[in-house]
Amino acid sequence: MQKMPLRYYAFFTVPTFAAFFISFFIPFLMGIYLSFTKFTTVTNARWVGVENYVRAFSEDRDFINAAIFTAKFAAISIVTINLLAFLLALLLTRGIRGTNLFRTVFFMPNLIGGIVLGYIWQLIINGVLVNFGVDITYKAEYGFWGLVVLMNWQMVGYMMIIYIAGIQSIPTELFEAAEIDGANELQSLRSITIPLVMPSITICTFLTLTNSFKLFDQNLALTAGAPGKETAMLALDIFNTFYGRNGYEGVGQAKAVVFSIFVAIIVLVQLRMNRTREIES
Amino acid sequence: MTERKRFEDNVIFGFLLILAILYLMPMLIILWNSFKGRFYIADTPFELPNAQTFVGFKNYTNGIEKTGFLTSFGYSLFITVFSVAVIILFTSMTAWCITRVRSRGSTFLYYLLVSSMIVPFQMVMFTMSKMANILHLDNPIGIIFIYLGFGAGLSVFIYSGFIKTIPREVEEAATIDGCSPIQTFFLVVLPILRPITITIAILNTMWIWNDYLLPYLVIGNNYKTIPIAVQYLRGGYGSQDMGAMMALLVLAIIPIIIFYLTSQDSIIKGVAAGAVKG
Repeated sequence: MQKMPLRYYAFFTVPTFAAFFISFFIPFLMGIYLSFTKFTTVTNARWVGVENYVRAFSEDRDFINAAIFTAKFAAISIVTINLLAFLLALLLTRGIRGTNLFRTVFFMPNLIGGIVLGYIWQLIINGVLVNFGVDITYKAEYGFWGLVVLMNWQMVGYMMIIYIAGIQSIPTELFEAAEIDGANELQSLRSITIPLVMPSITICTFLTLTNSFKLFDQNLALTAGAPGKETAMLALDIFNTFYGRNGYEGVGQAKAVVFSIFVAIIVLVQLRMNRTREIES
Repeated sequence: MTERKRFEDNVIFGFLLILAILYLMPMLIILWNSFKGRFYIADTPFELPNAQTFVGFKNYTNGIEKTGFLTSFGYSLFITVFSVAVIILFTSMTAWCITRVRSRGSTFLYYLLVSSMIVPFQMVMFTMSKMANILHLDNPIGIIFIYLGFGAGLSVFIYSGFIKTIPREVEEAATIDGCSPIQTFFLVVLPILRPITITIAILNTMWIWNDYLLPYLVIGNNYKTIPIAVQYLRGGYGSQDMGAMMALLVLAIIPIIIFYLTSQDSIIKGVAAGAVKG
């Protein structure tokens, strides 16, 4: 069907786009506009130019600190999550007994919501720290590593599934040929498995990256930024700027725009990398 | 199988078994603490309940009462089920239409929807919740409409990718037989979309069921979904009822585990398919 009468076209598209425009697109455009204004509700906006952007960076160091904290967190999480997930995927593609059961267990935490995850780990981490007479809000490092552990528990199973699919798509002949040629397991891992699961590695790296950058619920439930605002990540800092004190709505919106540009750049780099890889192969 | 390989496999099995137990521990710890008195939890979470600390289901009755958990469960269930149904119905229609009707308008609409996936929620949360408030969408029915708007990007993207792989001949035959586009879609296309519909249903269910910030901002004051109820219980530091909290965490996890164990394969497949969401 190359053409469709307009009334049918409207029948198929209007409900979705009505919802899309009202709940996403118009608020999105308004958000960009409001980031250049001073406002408390959306109806009393007054144009102030780039003042909000300047204030976001200069008034206090919250936003920059949150960005640094988020970047550090993302860097560590990417490495640990992907290493663990890849290792598990290797072990679960050898055909040993219980493979399905293990897969079920490792994937399960991924389905639990961020708020619930945060409180589960708060109990456990505080339960350990109480022996030293402190809790997770005592030092920013505790919150940081707590978030890393939590994120690993949640994401490893998910990435493992993607790696398993990648490993299983490698033709078995390759491994058989390597074995006949006298390659040991480490050699075939390095020369066959890793190069051929590169697409999965790219996907997983970017998934962990974007998920770490957008993390909110877990952050809110585990530490809520404590001590002070030291463990607040970007999304939480933006939320606090909006709703924490009056008169900062414009600054919050400006931070949100900067944050969106950050995330968009990450995604565009990923798409570009995928495309160049497709052309190469 | 050689002797050495068998030995290796046993070592790996042992390692995975220990890891799997460690993996389940956090959930088990929450479970046993939910049966302990509220003052025995925070300081000694790793101790099993004993005669002195065991309180039966007291935390559960307490937690359910404090947060109105049953009502929250009702809201979560209502919002999730109907939002997912609405998303499936309307986004499959839209995806089919803009994929099959090749025009500049279709291409534009497609990229408009798909690019919304990139934008983080913080970008629109303030303006969106004001908008919802002005248009009286700040109730459990209105929020379904908002979820349709937010879920459209990913769902249309996945549907569209699938639709491109089905041959047009069936649809053309239906048109020749006198079906209108609406009949063609509902009688011919929608049944073919079944496998991908399951994937989309699962992805959206997991998202909406666990979503915290959107419902908190839009309807949180009057209608508490489960994640909002959990967060609400936190209260200020020190005043938190740890017993009720543990019970609530268990109650929040149980539906997810049941859902997971009943349709595990589709869930794993579906969530992996959602890997495109960045």
